[in-house]
Amino acid sequence: MAEKVLSLLIVDDEEGMRLGVKRSLRHFSMEAEDTGDIVKFDVTEAASGEEAIALMKESSPDIVLLDNKMDGISGIEVLHWINQNDLDLMAIMITAYASIETAISATKQGAYDFLPKPFTPAELKVSVRQAAAHLVTLRQARELEREKKRVRFQFISVLAHELKAPLAAIEGYLFLLRDGIGMDDPAVYEKVVGRSLTRLGGMRKLIYDLLDLTRLESGQKKRELSSVDVLEIAGISMETMKPEADRRGITISIEATSEEISMVADSGELEIVLNNLISNAVKYNKDSGRVTVKVMDEPELVRFAVTDTGIGMSENEVEKLFGEFVRIKNSKTRDILGSGLGLSIMKRIALLYNGEVTVESTPDVGSTFTVTLQKT
Amino acid sequence: MTEIKKVLVVDDDSDFLIQTEMMFSTRGYEVITAPGRKEAEETFDSFTPGIAVIDLMMENDDDGFVLAYRIKKRFPECVVIMVTNVTGETGIQFPGEDDSSGWINADAILSKPVRFEQIQEELNKIESR
Repeated sequence: MAEKVLSLLIVDDEEGMRLGVKRSLRHFSMEAEDTGDIVKFDVTEAASGEEAIALMKESSPDIVLLDNKMDGISGIEVLHWINQNDLDLMAIMITAYASIETAISATKQGAYDFLPKPFTPAELKVSVRQAAAHLVTLRQARELEREKKRVRFQFISVLAHELKAPLAAIEGYLFLLRDGIGMDDPAVYEKVVGRSLTRLGGMRKLIYDLLDLTRLESGQKKRELSSVDVLEIAGISMETMKPEADRRGITISIEATSEEISMVADSGELEIVLNNLISNAVKYNKDSGRVTVKVMDEPELVRFAVTDTGIGMSENEVEKLFGEFVRIKNSKTRDILGSGLGLSIMKRIALLYNGEVTVESTPDVGSTFTVTLQKT
Repeated sequence: MTEIKKVLVVDDDSDFLIQTEMMFSTRGYEVITAPGRKEAEETFDSFTPGIAVIDLMMENDDDGFVLAYRIKKRFPECVVIMVTNVTGETGIQFPGEDDSSGWINADAILSKPVRFEQIQEELNKIESR
């Protein structure tokens, strides 16, 4: 719980009034509802509209208590000046004769509240408390919006980089072909075309993953919940990865706690989770390795634990793993392609089922990724 | 330049390694590739490069700088060509080919994608110096 000090400027040509406000707020503090911060007030004073403007030019207060009836520049005029200079503050008008006219024109200028003279210290505190609470909430919302923008911008820059890399690679191969390299050597030609297709495939996968992620994020993907045969989906995922696994002599097996396991779920989401789990276990495996897919039917949840005999990760790498576009970079992963979005997607889906994704890993021995999905 | 030149190519991007190796080997150069600084340094005892093509940023941001320095120290005759796509991504401007500050230990700096003609041109320039 932090302590926050808001600056408050009292503008009034009556010295007694300024002193009274100062005295009332000297030991006054409040708790901000959202943040739980303790808010205190630092009061400065101005004896005229002119002085107020001069002070505000130096630094903008958070709250201004503004007497309307002053010689020279009036309170309303100060309010007008505040608006024109776009100061981020809450204005409370102090009015001696609370006329409808003054109220309307002050409201138009964006006054937050009115305090009719004479007022008691308690009335003053109520008004200041409300203005401060409103200000804190407003600023917090703005800060959140800024943070969201920053995250979005960062996401887009990383995405752009991830899309540019395969493009640059494919461009390089096309340059080679244009320069006639590989045209008379079938082995070279095959490698040039083969690598180009591989990088294109990776790019396509990235775009698909990105679409999955966006749909999940925006909540726009309509979820179709029905009773789903979990083992059937696991079987299909295994078949999908089999050609790649066979090529590298990797065996995949499914172990289930019972013959039939079903749960209410969106089958598309389950497919994404299992495809990601199994394809990662194959991708990051060693040649002739093993992938074991355990499906456990438990009273409240279904647990998928996929174990590989692959390169594994250090504790440090595991910590970094769940960020977007994070791909563990080392000599062992150098030639493995991936979008860096798979885990983010799995994690988001798991959240839809009040579940989670966890990982246990030992370098050079292998990893076990576990996803739990609540049945209800 | 009649003798067969030996080329060391270092980058953590395997496609760049494949492409650069093809560019050189189809023209009769002997090429060795390394995916990182450490691997490149391991070749020092068995391979004497006449040309080194090095990516600036690899596992560590300064790997390219360090490697260029070490190659120049070990093989003073070796022509070091630094390649980078740093400018496009970070907006950092690196000194061009007429850089006289000498803060990068390279004979030439090229941005990716690199074509063989560009390397050829740099080699010719260096030779006629």
